[in-house]
Amino acid sequence: MVLATALGEDLSRAFLQGLPPGSVYALIAIGFVLAYKTSGVFNLAFGAQAYVSAALYFQARLEWGWGILPALLVSVFILAPVLGLILERLIFRHLRTSSSVAKLVVAIGLTVAIPSLFDVLVGFEPVAGQTPTGIIPGGASVFYQPVGVYAFSRDELMAMGVAVVVMLGLAALFRFSGIGLQMRAVVESPRMTELNGIQADRVSAFSWALSSVFAGLAGVLIAPRFNTLAAPDFFNLVVVAIAAAAVGRLISLPRALAGGLGLGVFIAFANTFLPEWALSYPILAPIQDNVAPAVPFLVLFALLVLWPAVRATKEQADPLSGVDPPPPSLASHERSAGLTVATRVFAVVFFLTVGLVVFTQADVSWLFLVTQSVILSTLFLSITVITGLAGQISLCQGSFAAIGGFTVFQLSDRYGMSVLVAALIGAAVAAACAALLSLPIRRLGGVWVAIATLAFAFFFDAVMVKLPWVGGGGTSLLQGTRVPRPTIGPWDLGNDKAFLVLALVVFVVASLAVIQIREGTTGRTLRALRGSELASQSIGISPARSRVMAFALSGFLAGLGGAMLTMHQENVNYTLNFSPFAALFWLVLVVSLGSRTVEGAAQAGAAYALFEAIVLRGAVFGWIFRNTDRIPGIFPISPKWRFIIFGLGTIQFARHPEGLVEFNTRRAHRRAEALMARLGRSRAASPPEPDAPVTEESVP
Amino acid sequence: MTPILDLRSVSAGYGPFHALFDVSLSVQPGEAVALLGANGVGKTTVARVATGLIAPSEGSVWVNGTEMTGAATFRFARAGVAHAPEGRSVFATLSVEENLRLSFRQSKGRRGVAPALDQAFTQFPSLARRRRMLAGDLSGGEQRMLSMARVLVEAPRLLVADELSLGLAPIIVDEIYNDLARLRSEGTALLIVEQQISHALALCDRVVLLEHGTVIWEGPTEDAEARVVAKIFDHAAGEEPPA
Ligand SMILES: Nc1ncnc2c1ncn2[C@@H]1O[C@H](COP(=O)(O)OP(=O)(O)O)[C@@H](O)[C@H]1O
Ligand SMILES: [Mg+2]
Repeated sequence: MVLATALGEDLSRAFLQGLPPGSVYALIAIGFVLAYKTSGVFNLAFGAQAYVSAALYFQARLEWGWGILPALLVSVFILAPVLGLILERLIFRHLRTSSSVAKLVVAIGLTVAIPSLFDVLVGFEPVAGQTPTGIIPGGASVFYQPVGVYAFSRDELMAMGVAVVVMLGLAALFRFSGIGLQMRAVVESPRMTELNGIQADRVSAFSWALSSVFAGLAGVLIAPRFNTLAAPDFFNLVVVAIAAAAVGRLISLPRALAGGLGLGVFIAFANTFLPEWALSYPILAPIQDNVAPAVPFLVLFALLVLWPAVRATKEQADPLSGVDPPPPSLASHERSAGLTVATRVFAVVFFLTVGLVVFTQADVSWLFLVTQSVILSTLFLSITVITGLAGQISLCQGSFAAIGGFTVFQLSDRYGMSVLVAALIGAAVAAACAALLSLPIRRLGGVWVAIATLAFAFFFDAVMVKLPWVGGGGTSLLQGTRVPRPTIGPWDLGNDKAFLVLALVVFVVASLAVIQIREGTTGRTLRALRGSELASQSIGISPARSRVMAFALSGFLAGLGGAMLTMHQENVNYTLNFSPFAALFWLVLVVSLGSRTVEGAAQAGAAYALFEAIVLRGAVFGWIFRNTDRIPGIFPISPKWRFIIFGLGTIQFARHPEGLVEFNTRRAHRRAEALMARLGRSRAASPPEPDAPVTEESVP
Repeated sequence: MTPILDLRSVSAGYGPFHALFDVSLSVQPGEAVALLGANGVGKTTVARVATGLIAPSEGSVWVNGTEMTGAATFRFARAGVAHAPEGRSVFATLSVEENLRLSFRQSKGRRGVAPALDQAFTQFPSLARRRRMLAGDLSGGEQRMLSMARVLVEAPRLLVADELSLGLAPIIVDEIYNDLARLRSEGTALLIVEQQISHALALCDRVVLLEHGTVIWEGPTEDAEARVVAKIFDHAAGEEPPA
């Protein structure tokens, strides 16, 4: 009898306790579903949009001393829709007929760029420990106990109320108004919508404004939950909310609400009962410690893998996509043999010169940066393989790299193994993990692979890193995950220059391997897959197997890069190097600069390590004037520009999927070949007719 | 008389690829024109230029006496040019009813939707039975019927129909051509792209023959028949048709 009441009270308390966080998940899940339904974009930047409104609200309230109403008006009802309209007009309108993966990549770029852009423009600096306030007075201090057992704050009640009201409002909009139907039609095929006499541009502008207002509202409502306003936290919440939205297959608003609340309650139950049960069943203790924080990511992963309905919501291809011309092929496949030799010679000379300067002139800090850029280039080759070759977006390359790093740490720390051997083992372990991970997701469509890998990255972050046999547990918290530099026979790679040589050798070998694979059977298979899955299946290519191979190879390269990075820094530095948010930036860089070529990876590596030092701190002017004191006063520019520039750089991915490097290479090739042609013609007696090929081309 | 559609020396293509060269073609109000030619000669491209889906690189497009070169697709639709594109021509993610609603709401206004829906469903009882089904789950014939239902209820000035019969059972093709004939009698001009020439020839007054992206012949249907048949068969035999 007593027990039953006690259990009942616990139950209801846990239930009520789960509702406030649940309504936060629900708010974001609803917004996410709204954006997906009305724009067709898997908008990971939703969190960034929410962050911007929340940040402006608190900047206005705390720094500028505005009242609640004007601050709310400006941040949610002016800034948010304006941002949405700008994004639509400048970016997504032009991507409407791009693949969903291309749009996802752009959204990831915006996730990285928007918060930094806002911070730089408004001069916003998140202050640690400054708890933002909500939109009603006394939001965090006045409590109500409607049912007893658990007390809700005003903020919490507000969030719950808004979630329900907004869901009802949106459901009514979709059911009863013409615009709801038009928004859905535009998502499937803007051109066919226009054939019905509807102005697709206007419809999509409206849908972006609407979903952005919603993002802003969600941002302002949930900000009071955070101790400090930080963009990665918002991103984290979005991933949790995707789990809730997946319950409604990303299209049902009521189910997104239910999914969010359910998730909140489920986590509250886990937090309430697991500790009690763990007292009587010690077996449960590790689960309680480790699994609870990862529940949303496990749910998300499980939903994607086990529930066919989620996967079945593959978007309908635009039936009028045949109106667009086909994408171009790789520049290097088109150029003439002479030009190929010329570019190779140029590249070799260039790198030899740079190498010479670095080895003779560079000081310790420059040597560090150059080495880091070489190592990162190796690591980024893993993205070349998975994204450039296989056409898949993996957002857990940071976890694979961390697996390489942690393996080196564990093997050298526990068994005193040679770190070089450990690095190879680490790469192999990462490859095995990647292959294992790819097994359940090998049949998912492009966007879902990205989300599943993101879920894995967060799971790794929340659970695996904390395990003693991975991240080292308590001792490493005190001492750091320290790793020694390797020695090979007489060479001590503790010497920075010697280590740079090793890094270069590893990079060259990895590059050659990637090129070999790209030009070989595997590469051709993957290219065919990227073109059309059905078509390649019908000619006997197994998409699943090639995809697993691509993941394994990519995992190997990431693990190798992670191990090298760890040896170089003599520490794993997990949070700094490998956190999920950091890994997002990798993808952004590689995709911006060229995900299909080794050059793209190399330039991304250089950009990651050197861009800040050379460009943003103005070192380049120091070299020009041969005097560091004469660097102009506007330097150093905020390092946030790095995120802004490369984040926005992903925009061109959708238009030129070959990347900036490829794009410029292609243009340079055209010019070089035109020049060569002109030189050749001035010597030749009868010039060839330049317009002749047109009619040839026209013959099908 | 001002033609309802007038393409004047139009060239068009896809990125670097040129598909049409100096094509001139006009359709008078109420007239039915068949656009014929082998696979890949550019018929669909002509249909896309005529409905504003792609802008010509050279030349101009006139609708009902107004120049529309480069105008947005929705402006063509509002000027009375309807298009039944090649392949799937309905929104797969919307239900049958929503497909109709979407277009009636635009053309007939909020109050016009319900009567228009009634009309469509009485004309096509099989669609009425499937009104809540996703259009993507319909059979090919039913999808065609759905796109015809849209057009029949709100007869446009010009319908550009691209390979309506492709992949459909003969009975359904007959049915669709009956619908087209009815549209014609209501005053809609037709530009019909077809591979099944017998149907097209029976319906149309005039024939335009396309090859390698240029018009090689045009004239009344009576003069065309022998020529068209010869052309198609010559092509099958791999020979050049007579110039
Ligand atoms: N999106 C596109 N990109 C590049 N070329 C295309 C595209 N669509 C059609 N083509 C080419 O244009 C030419 C004409 O095509 P189309 O108008 O579809 O011919 P038809 O309808 O007569 O079969 C063909 O050679 C075809 O390969
Ligand atoms: Mg065609």
